[in-house]
Amino acid sequence: MKNEIVVISGIVLDESMRFSLVELCDFAKASPDQVIEMVEEGVLEPEGTSVYTWRFDTHALKRLQIAMRLEQDLGVNLPGSALVLDLLEEMERLKR
Amino acid sequence: MEYKDYYKIMGLSRDATPEEIKRAYRKLARKYHPDVSKEANAEAKFKELGEAYEVLKDPKKKAAYDQVGRGWQEGQPFTPPPDWGFDFGVDQGFTGTQPGGGFSDFFEALFGGGFRRGRGGAYGRQMQGSDQLAKIQIDLEDAYRGADSLISLNMPQADSQGHLVSNVRTLNVKIPKGIKAGQRIRLAGQGMPGGGGGGSGDLYLEIEFKPHRYFRAEGRDIHLELPVTPWEAALGATVPVPTLGGAVEVKIPPGSQAGKQLRLKGRGLPGTPAGDQYVTLKIVAPSARTDEAKALYEKMAKVMPMNPRAAMGV
Repeated sequence: MKNEIVVISGIVLDESMRFSLVELCDFAKASPDQVIEMVEEGVLEPEGTSVYTWRFDTHALKRLQIAMRLEQDLGVNLPGSALVLDLLEEMERLKR
Repeated sequence: MEYKDYYKIMGLSRDATPEEIKRAYRKLARKYHPDVSKEANAEAKFKELGEAYEVLKDPKKKAAYDQVGRGWQEGQPFTPPPDWGFDFGVDQGFTGTQPGGGFSDFFEALFGGGFRRGRGGAYGRQMQGSDQLAKIQIDLEDAYRGADSLISLNMPQADSQGHLVSNVRTLNVKIPKGIKAGQRIRLAGQGMPGGGGGGSGDLYLEIEFKPHRYFRAEGRDIHLELPVTPWEAALGATVPVPTLGGAVEVKIPPGSQAGKQLRLKGRGLPGTPAGDQYVTLKIVAPSARTDEAKALYEKMAKVMPMNPRAAMGV
């Protein structure tokens, strides 16, 4: 065990940020096919009408990352993920 | 290092079948998955569970663990036998979220030799390290002013032989002014190390506010319950009110009742637009301790008779 100090600053994922499909895939380490499938299943709801003009917000990035983990860790399929994500967000709203 | 009883962690007996092991894992993973669970120690539990399952689901590792683990109890000091050696196949790879870091020293001592870990990767092949998530609690004041925050993370790192060793990393992270609870900061390349020349994953820090003595944040807005005296509420007054930027003078309008809300525009967390501070009045009446005070209350009852429960029909 040793300690090292690294001074770093990151980027804040705030609500004004938008990602293209390529940028979103890069951030989440997802494949475009994965993302397209999630849009088709309603897990993600981008602005824009075609794959080329899709714009995703940071909320979508978070949903994508959670959906990927749910699939990997719990074997949840996409409709299941969409349901879990909606329920999680509903719980958050009720908590407030 | 301490012995880990993987069967106990998964709530299983030593003669559990592969189906029972899988079922127990699925059930506990749902309970403790960090994205879903509300349990306080979910991340640690999930990590422990992932480690236990990694061993028990794999017949080779399970057999080795069963052999070395006979007679040991959870938490007992443990040293692997001197002739211990575990041979990994070439297709060994780890799956699963490992929030907050890798597996225990115990696991590393038994199975950690000579390979690197990554999501779905394989030994010797180039693979990207996985992303890491951490929730950090900061003071509201730091969100208001911006701050450098020291955070400690337990992270596995590869040593010169490629073995993974647990390493406490202290990061000095810039907390930008005006950050809100629930917002995430992405630190590129600060996640789990990759293997075979692959890049590191990213680190995501999710911001939570430490409970404050009297402020409560909702997005960028700040809420405060302000105690006032009955005469300040009835007659109106200018009173000092704490805000994150320091005390300000606020005018209480005459005839205010408890629960009345005043808005101090732009006095919340900074941003575009900045949040507001909402002040809710709470009327605090002094106790009638002396005869003179009692007489005053009695006079009030006589001069200003009222039934505050009239609306309740009593």
